[in-house]
Amino acid sequence: MLHMIEHVFTEQSLVAAFFVVGAVMWISLIISKRLTAGRIHGSAIAILIGLGLAYVGGVISGGQKGLADIPVFAGIGLLGGAMLRDFAIVATAFEVDAIEARKAGLIGVVALAIGTVLPFLIGAGFAVAFGYTDAASITTIGAGAITYIVGPVTGAAIGASSTVIALSIATGVLKAVMVMVFTPMLAKIIGLDNPRSAMAFGGLMGTVSGVAGGLAATDPKLVPYGALTATFHTGIGCLVAPSIFFLAVRAITG
Amino acid sequence: MTIFGVALLSLCTLIGVFLGDLLGVALGVKANVGGVGIAMMLLIATRIWLQKSGGLNHGVKLGIEFWGTMYIPIVVAMAAQQNVVKALSGGPLVLVTAVTAVTACFAATALLGRIGRERPSDVHDPEEIQRGGDIIAGDLIPDAPARKV
Repeated sequence: MLHMIEHVFTEQSLVAAFFVVGAVMWISLIISKRLTAGRIHGSAIAILIGLGLAYVGGVISGGQKGLADIPVFAGIGLLGGAMLRDFAIVATAFEVDAIEARKAGLIGVVALAIGTVLPFLIGAGFAVAFGYTDAASITTIGAGAITYIVGPVTGAAIGASSTVIALSIATGVLKAVMVMVFTPMLAKIIGLDNPRSAMAFGGLMGTVSGVAGGLAATDPKLVPYGALTATFHTGIGCLVAPSIFFLAVRAITG
Repeated sequence: MTIFGVALLSLCTLIGVFLGDLLGVALGVKANVGGVGIAMMLLIATRIWLQKSGGLNHGVKLGIEFWGTMYIPIVVAMAAQQNVVKALSGGPLVLVTAVTAVTACFAATALLGRIGRERPSDVHDPEEIQRGGDIIAGDLIPDAPARKV
């Protein structure tokens, strides 16, 4: 009996994922209403449950893709994978007010520049403080602080060791998770309540998954504005980290 | 027809990602540069063009906005497949770097957002933006007039 249910879940992986996510959303909305009197957004709770399930899945399977590594939940990998995630993000652009987006365009560009340089300096600084002296390691750890894709792309391009690349990925993933968890809590304090600050936020945080999750849990109407700038972040990071940043670090370390 | 909306969304995504790949090659980067962002701008432009030419009918809207309403569930599925175990087991260098970087970026958001900060009354069309928010939050009322919440 149990085996047959397992078989259905494996065979109908995407359909099963719709059900699992629907159940998580339903439970989250109940928790939000009953236990927090609506103070904490249902989607914020759903994302936290998702991260919790990812942890459990990772421990059980020993894999890298959280819950999606357990065969019966493999559909989660398709539903939440890069393809459908990007498709849904593009769809949110249909709700963008073009005039608002254009007004905040310059702020988005400034945010992208700061959001690339600032985390890199912090990552590179801590790499030095923790005893790394070679330019490749320092640059790769700095790049990991930009996003978890920039780290390994940079490391592979400039020949960093696999240990350092693993550190850079871990830094980027932790950054994405922290952005998802803390954005709804800090939104009021940092003034994240209008399209303009959402565009600044997207450019500064960069990590598409962090921004997508963080804004969804804060205020859905801000999602497309943040996503618009965040999606440029990884590309720009992959552009400057292995080139300009690496050369600068090498010039300093000698 | 609904499929026209979905197909239009696909076309914008495909063109955007393709242009992002081209941009990556042109810049000598092993990554897609802004593909999704370009796709978003294409879709914004397409909506304006459809509105002006009168082609924005119920089906097209439904096909695109359905995927907007699926955004949060997809993000939840995305959260469920993050490598959380690795994120939490990275050691002190990973922890201090990530915490400091995130804190600094939150602070920078507060600063940037305050520069020339606008009053709510300056926002171009708050009802339209709120309606967009409702759709992304999962509430699809096709052709509903913009409403205040």
